[in-house]
Amino acid sequence: MFKKTGLIIKREYLTRVRKRSFLFTTILLPLILFGFILAIAYFSTQSFENQKVAINDSDNIFRSSFRDGDGIQYEFTDDVTADNFAEKGYSAFLILPSDFSSVNDSVSLISSKQISIITEERIKDQINDALRNKALLENKIDKQLLDSINNIKQEKLYKFSAVIRQGEKTEQSNAGLSYAIGFASGMLIYLTLIIYGTSVMRGVMEEKTNRIAEVIISSVRPYQLMAGKIIGIAAVGLTQLLIWIVFLLVLVGVAGFFLPSDALQAGSDLPMGMANAENASSAMELLEAKNLLLSANWPLIISTFVFYFLGGYLFYAALFAAVGSVVNEDAQEAQALVLPVTMPIILSFVIMAAVINNPDSPMAVWSSIIPLSSPIVMMARIPSGNVPFWQLGLSIALLIAGFIFTTYIAAKIYRTGILLYGKKVTLKEIGKWLFRKS
Amino acid sequence: MIQLELQNLKKYYASHKAVDDISFSISEGDIFGLLGPNGAGKTTLIRMITGIIFPDHGSIIYKGKTFDPVEDIFHIGYMPEERGLYKKMKIGEQALYLAMLKGLSKQDALKKTKEWFEKFEMQNWWNKKTEDLSKGMSQKLQFVTTVLHEPELLILDEPFSGLDPVNSNLIKEEIFKLNKAGTTIIFSTHRMEQVEEICKKIVLINKGKKILDGELAQIKEDFKEHIFKIGFDGELPQFESSTSTLLSQDENVLSVRIHDEASPADVLKEYLSYGTKITSFNEVLPTLNEIFIRQVEEIKTTPAFSDTI
Repeated sequence: MFKKTGLIIKREYLTRVRKRSFLFTTILLPLILFGFILAIAYFSTQSFENQKVAINDSDNIFRSSFRDGDGIQYEFTDDVTADNFAEKGYSAFLILPSDFSSVNDSVSLISSKQISIITEERIKDQINDALRNKALLENKIDKQLLDSINNIKQEKLYKFSAVIRQGEKTEQSNAGLSYAIGFASGMLIYLTLIIYGTSVMRGVMEEKTNRIAEVIISSVRPYQLMAGKIIGIAAVGLTQLLIWIVFLLVLVGVAGFFLPSDALQAGSDLPMGMANAENASSAMELLEAKNLLLSANWPLIISTFVFYFLGGYLFYAALFAAVGSVVNEDAQEAQALVLPVTMPIILSFVIMAAVINNPDSPMAVWSSIIPLSSPIVMMARIPSGNVPFWQLGLSIALLIAGFIFTTYIAAKIYRTGILLYGKKVTLKEIGKWLFRKS
Repeated sequence: MIQLELQNLKKYYASHKAVDDISFSISEGDIFGLLGPNGAGKTTLIRMITGIIFPDHGSIIYKGKTFDPVEDIFHIGYMPEERGLYKKMKIGEQALYLAMLKGLSKQDALKKTKEWFEKFEMQNWWNKKTEDLSKGMSQKLQFVTTVLHEPELLILDEPFSGLDPVNSNLIKEEIFKLNKAGTTIIFSTHRMEQVEEICKKIVLINKGKKILDGELAQIKEDFKEHIFKIGFDGELPQFESSTSTLLSQDENVLSVRIHDEASPADVLKEYLSYGTKITSFNEVLPTLNEIFIRQVEEIKTTPAFSDTI
């Protein structure tokens, strides 16, 4: 029995690993992932274009307080009106009341296009700062003093460090790092679920449309063919993962070789103000980055990642196989039928992105326990180190139960669907197959 | 000895009865024809014999024991009507793979594959991909992959569809050779004329039910209508025949039905006595197609259905 399934697994594995596209995705997927994260980081800071805002400030209260910056340039002019600001090249026109004495005074911002919330907030901040400065000056605060206070940059004032204490243990807390690892893991699981899931579906469709399915299942049981394909493709995924891990270790090793800790330490010990002060501080930053990376709980992250990678794949792969078995040559039919399977995956990703900043919210907890979304959401929570063992245990148990259940359901659909040619299957019929005894 | 026996097989689907209480048996060494129009239930029947689906009711006895879909299918070769191969796979690898799925060891599979490839002159195809083959070539390959593991029972569902006469003949000859070597063959088709050429025994099914089965020659004997063709030369003498009824006249050939109480010899004597210059005299047996159509019209069975599963 296992011999035949083994043969199928071997064929599925070898035909895929030998393909050029395997090499392609192995190299491309990490690049896409990093590119995506970089793009998000980039767009979240640079999401708006430079704007020029014209201000009609009849009393000149604000002129000295408004500062250009964050992509917004303020110009105080008298010859711009609400009717012609767009023609003069301004993206918005701000009208300030002549006298700010009552809460009923209104400020209005006129723009030719919808202005982003961020821009709106920044303009409000400017107004608030200006009003506060005005109030301080009116209360006899020295103007020079005020200016020097306003010029202090917050981040130069102190060094911030957060520490997590659990009993005796104290460790460096780093929200940024857990965010990055969590997001990358969740994203990677999301991508592999979609990529390998679709690969399973296409493999099944190929067997059905090539009409080889019936030839094969006169030699093996349908579930063996389905299991062989799912396991074979899982092996392809694991191979890919292994290549990435080895690649990452080599990269870290190379980095460590060129930047040994002693050298970094020596660099950071050099007194400031020397010629290489610049180097010293960048060496310091590198050392910090290295210690920071080592502070993450890698054994836990990697082992849970492998589990959720496999568990999530097994949960969805069987469903993808079922969809593949039901469709005929029609690609559009496949698209419509695969939607109920891809929807929860996409939704999990959306939930993951929403809860990653708040890994202990009820939404995060529940969606990391329910098997539909747990592979993606739990991986986003684990790096924070705050997942209680009962939640992790429950999530793992439910995911195992979940993929046994989906495989059982999918096998029932697959068994009938794979032998059905040239007939469009309705969801109602699929429902009937589920409740039919073998 | 009986190789395969079906007892009261039933397979019902929600909308129709695909196989409705069918029984028959096949002896070792038979070339057996499974006949019926499209949608009669042939494919469903074969899928039960090959262990692909299970009957709702009834039993399949293979060589005296209850059919075991896991073990017995090693001894069965099945070429489905809807057939195909992996397009991107190399032909040699593909044949090996399918043979090993039928339980052959790698060495045996390699040996057998090479033998068959030589027999069909396909040695230099080994590293080609299936998608590069012509339709006829891939049908040949399909046949080879079906018989590689030397099955005791070979089931061929419409084996000649898509084949040109040359390849068709090649495969027909291989079927006869395998049969001589002891392989039992089930040949399923809706093309009645092909069966008359190949099969000794048949079963005829329609709408899930068995209509008739037996030796082909016997069935034709049972359904004959005592029609004879008389070939003649020259002028046909005019007379009222007391032994037969004239059905039709076509140039120099008469078609007559002999009366129940008369014998062919009586008819011949009568025609000769009037001076007919007879050149030939032979009985016309009904074709399977005619028998089938007559049977179907006689037996109006359960509600119509349109598809096979």
